Parts: sequence; C-alpha cells; structure tokens
Amino acid sequence: MTGSLNVVGYGLSAIGPGIGVGIVFAAFINGVARQPEARGQLQGIAFIGFALSEALAILGLVLAFVL
Amino acid sequence: MTEVLATAPAPGFDAPGVEDFNLPPIAGIEGLTKPVLLLIFSAVIIYVLFRLSVRNVQLVPSKGQFLGESFHGLVRNTIARDMIGPEYLRYVPFLTALFAFILVNNLFGIIPMIQFPTFAHPGVPYALAMIVWLIYMFVGIQHHGLVGFLRVSTWPPDVPWWVRIILTPIEFISNIILRPITLSLRLFGNMFAGHLLLLVFILGGEYMLFVADDLALKLLSPFAFGMGIVFTFFEAFVQVIQAYIFVMLSASYIGTSLADDH
Repeated sequence: MTGSLNVVGYGLSAIGPGIGVGIVFAAFINGVARQPEARGQLQGIAFIGFALSEALAILGLVLAFVL
Repeated sequence: MTEVLATAPAPGFDAPGVEDFNLPPIAGIEGLTKPVLLLIFSAVIIYVLFRLSVRNVQLVPSKGQFLGESFHGLVRNTIARDMIGPEYLRYVPFLTALFAFILVNNLFGIIPMIQFPTFAHPGVPYALAMIVWLIYMFVGIQHHGLVGFLRVSTWPPDVPWWVRIILTPIEFISNIILRPITLSLRLFGNMFAGHLLLLVFILGGEYMLFVADDLALKLLSPFAFGMGIVFTFFEAFVQVIQAYIFVMLSASYIGTSLADDH
C-alpha cells in the first residue's frame, strides 16, 4: 500500500476544527431557538466563529500539499 | 517537495493533484493563462452588470436596478453596518466591489465550460488580502496614530502585567501578521479543495467508465458522476459562503481598527 503520510496529518488536523465548527453552530442554533429575533446578529458572529476555527483545517490542507 | 497522492484503490488511476492546477499558457504567451483571462473577464462582467443596473435610475426601480441595489444593500446592511459601526458608509463601495469580485471568480468554478475557480491559485487571494491589510492598517493609523493603533491592537485593557508578557506578542502576531495570511489561505484552501474534490469524482468516474476493464466498475461509475453533481451544488454553497466570509472578515478588521476600545 502506498500513500502520503501528509494526508494522515491532515486528517488529524481536521478533528479539532470539526469539533469547533460543531460547537459554533450548536451555539448559534441554541441562540436562535431561544431568541428568534436575534438571528441576524447571531448569524454574522456565527460565520466569523466558523471561519476562524475552520482556518486551522485549511492550513492543515495546504500544508498537506506543500510539505 | 510535492508528492503525488497515489492512494487510489485501483492501480493505474492517476489521482488528480497540484499539477492539475498549473494550466499551460494560452497561445504561447508567457503569463497569459486561464486564471488571468478569467480575472479580466470577471472584472468586465461586474463592470457591465453594475453599469446596466444604474443606466436608467428611477424612483421605482426596474428589475436590473433592483438587483444591483439589493446586492449593494446586502453588503451595506448585513456586513458593513453591523461590523464597522457609525462610519460604515465610506467602506461600502470597496466591500461591494470585493464581494462581487470574489463571488464571480468563485462561481467560475461551477459554471459549465469555464469550471476553474480563479482563487484556486494562491497568488490572487494574497493580493486581495494585501489590499485589505493595507486598508485596515492605514485606517487604524489614521484614526489612532501609529502608537495608538499599536496600543489598540496589542494592548488590551485590564490585563495583569505578567499576562501581557505572553499576550502582547500573541496579539501582535495574530492581529498584524496572521490576519492577512489566514484571510487569503482560507479562500484559497476552500477553492483548491473544492476543485480537487470535483476533479477526483469526475476523473474517477471517467476512469471507471472508459479505462477500467472491470464490468462492476463500469456499472458503478454513475455513482461517481452522481457524487460529482451533488458536490457541485455543495461547492456552489461553499463558494458563496466563502465570498461572504472574506468580505465579512475584512469589514470586521476595518471595524476593529476604527473601534475606540476593545
């Protein structure tokens, strides 16, 4: 079997951001369920949180190809 | 060092990789490649569409004017006003142009016959992030002065002195150096990964149908094409979201440069 160990590293690096993105959107859904009129404000914050935690997975993906 | 990812189960299938993104120059002219043409094309499309939408401005808008206005209104109301604060109107034209430019270039990734997201090459997002970096640094220095801006971005109030020893370098690196890098790499990484995903499914399906000798593989190839179609729709979603996030984060960086205190 042949393959690149980099991809295994990318898989490991995607675990943390995966959990993080889940937590961000869970909190967003909770917030909207409790206070539906705050949806607009929460949406912006949720996407920023999503983008910040997802950045780590993206860095892992780039490094998997670059290294 | 780049390695070809040869993890495919069927021997002989050459999995797509980085080399599929380096397209040959068109008509033998050095530097004139498909992404460069697409960049020019996108600028022309955006210019023409916005020109058409304001060609005949009326109080009761026509369909085209309505589309242009709602695009502008989306950026103004949901991005700029929430993120920047009272002085947001000054930055709306830049953010609208940025959003349109990124959106059109991303959607090139799924438009038939074009099908190449320009930002799958890291050079273009680097340039955009550099523009955003220059703007939010300039705005911050203009608003607070150089020392004041450094204080706002690296010196959070009400922190014990022994925490500052660690916190200030981290804040400096994350706010001044890492921000443009992550901003550009996020866009690049998403476009690159999405395009690679589509390549894997479509090229894999093509290999299963035409090249492989196994009858079972030929019968299973529609599933690969089907997944390719499903992921094309998923990519459409990701491309819009990434354009939105890029503009949203740019606005939020400008907003933190303008903010008086944390």
